[in-house]
Amino acid sequence: MSASRDQILSGIRTGLGRGKLGPAETQPLDARLAEHRRNLIPARAASLDHAGQVALFIAMAEEVDASVARVSSATEVPGAVADYLSRQNLPARLVMTPDPKLDEIPWDSRPLLEIRKGRAEGGDAVGITASFAAIAETGTLMLVSGPESPTRNNFLPDTHVVVLRASQVVAAYEDGWDRLRAAGAMPRTVNFITGPSRTGDIEQRLVLGAHGPRRLHIVLIDDAET
Amino acid sequence: MQPTSQAFKANAHQALGDPNLQRAMGMMRTGFPKNRAAAIERLPEFDALRDEGIAIKNHVIANLDFYLETFEKNVIAQGGKVHWCRTAQEACETVLGICRSLDAKTVTKGKSMVGEEMALNDFLEANGVTPIETDLGEYIVQIRHESPSHIIAPAVHLVKEQMAESFRATHTDLPHARSLEEPRVLCDEARAVLRPKFLAADVGITGANFLIAETGSSVIVTNEGNGDLTQILPKAHIVLASLEKVVPTLEDASTLLRLLARSATGQEFSTYTTVSTGPRRAEDNDGPGEYHVVLLDNGRTALLGGEFQDMLRCIRCAACLNHCPVYGAVGGHAYGWVYSGPMGAVLTPSLIGIEQAGHLPNASTFCGRCESVCPMRIPLPKMMRQWREREFEKKLTPKTQRWGLGLWAYVAQRPALYRLASGVTGAILGMLGGRHGHFRSLPFASGWTDMRDLPAPEGKSFMSLWAERRKA
Repeated sequence: MSASRDQILSGIRTGLGRGKLGPAETQPLDARLAEHRRNLIPARAASLDHAGQVALFIAMAEEVDASVARVSSATEVPGAVADYLSRQNLPARLVMTPDPKLDEIPWDSRPLLEIRKGRAEGGDAVGITASFAAIAETGTLMLVSGPESPTRNNFLPDTHVVVLRASQVVAAYEDGWDRLRAAGAMPRTVNFITGPSRTGDIEQRLVLGAHGPRRLHIVLIDDAET
Repeated sequence: MQPTSQAFKANAHQALGDPNLQRAMGMMRTGFPKNRAAAIERLPEFDALRDEGIAIKNHVIANLDFYLETFEKNVIAQGGKVHWCRTAQEACETVLGICRSLDAKTVTKGKSMVGEEMALNDFLEANGVTPIETDLGEYIVQIRHESPSHIIAPAVHLVKEQMAESFRATHTDLPHARSLEEPRVLCDEARAVLRPKFLAADVGITGANFLIAETGSSVIVTNEGNGDLTQILPKAHIVLASLEKVVPTLEDASTLLRLLARSATGQEFSTYTTVSTGPRRAEDNDGPGEYHVVLLDNGRTALLGGEFQDMLRCIRCAACLNHCPVYGAVGGHAYGWVYSGPMGAVLTPSLIGIEQAGHLPNASTFCGRCESVCPMRIPLPKMMRQWREREFEKKLTPKTQRWGLGLWAYVAQRPALYRLASGVTGAILGMLGGRHGHFRSLPFASGWTDMRDLPAPEGKSFMSLWAERRKA
């Protein structure tokens, strides 16, 4: 193994016509890595105020077949979820990630919602998770893995409900990375999710629900200053 | 896979006469270019992003050893492992070794062109490990014992009736008379068949669109979510990546991601973009217990410092395939190996040798659309010309063609002789073809006239008209 490693690295150096880089050459490269310099960010979202970014997020998410329910406080979330499930004719039974971000929602106010907290399994039809951030530019949710947010809950259930706060909406992916770095270490998985699962593999015709969720519903809590 | 690139001409002939393929390619030729154009129209910064993307890739290539070592260091820091492999064979053996260490029976796979390059499925199968492709298109070609014909749309060469036929032949426990007419129904059936496979797999293998040096992460984009179920559920996640996939930071990957989906399918962003870093953490209650990156060279370092170095910028979006009149006419299988279209015509000779793949750089009309849509502005037509030159130097082109070109070059370098020869030839052809205005066949030119008519020259040559105008 290490023989291959050495040969590949020396092959690269031969091809580039130089030897191994010395400290004088690697120092600016290390600096570039540490700096997290942003490249060009499109004006589409970055030029808007926060209310505009939230509106853009909703429009972009709906364009790719996600549905969005906007509520004014955490108190209204259980009702919004129950309404959505009944409108879709789905059972009011869901698996919820044990995420503290979902704790302040008064789930007991809707006793008919049957909620199991934990990791999603093969038979779970509806899953509810919390978002870490959302990217206005393309209507993209940013979800991260952790002890309280297993990644499989984003993929196994047929219907994925995501609770998002307006204050979590940012303009660009780069803003999401900044928030993630501020929050601490890199999680095992970061999922950027833009609409429900889909495929165009059959004659280029769009079919939703290829392997991941068939439906993506976003409950957006308006907690931000506008 | 065993290349059949040497048979390009025969393959292409067959493809042109295949009605299913022609129907499928017709759908491809309209869909992708229209969607790409619409997506780019909506992003005024697209061209500026291209320039930044190119700068990032060029910077990485110039410092490739540094970024690979940094990537490796960070993968190890996160509890993962990097396996450096010079050849496809080494990479196959590495993957098998990991599977054996986990006593793996089945392996789920997300779509990976590097995996195709390694012919990994055949290798695993021959060694008692069952690979299951999970991308819908890739699953369809797997059950048909075919290879993908397009780097992002593996089953683009098929019509749905062929897919239905294969489902009926493979999913024999389902009622034979069921209706499989609608794409929705085919997709649901594949979903139902593959879900238990995801849950039962011992190892999950994905490719990588990018590797992030800063964090030691791998990035994949999918629309189906198959790549995620593939990597989250099993005991180990193996990432197959060629070494030019590394980029410095998450910010750099973000810039390239803005180019990728728009160039590929015309989407604003792929449905799922997933950044994976190491194995599951001690406190996590899901995720793979092991994380391996198989880093494959397979001829890529040999491109550094040479005339094909820019090819290492390629992000595998397939825009060049989607806009190529030759690819659009004959499909991907005619190219005879993993990579097809203009990027395949340049990359294949680099990886398997010009002796095997000499026809591919000739499968071009030089219309230039590939370069104009390439997000990395790779000069594909120029590179195809360079391959043709190498072929000529190595005396691989057919004798008649070499003599013809030699004769032409001799005449063309002597203006008086050229004018005389072209004037005489033009006049004779003009007379002979005069009545119909075109030729249906010509001696020594059947390669041209088999498929089309040659218009007969009319009137005077450009040179003589030019001379007359200057006199006047």
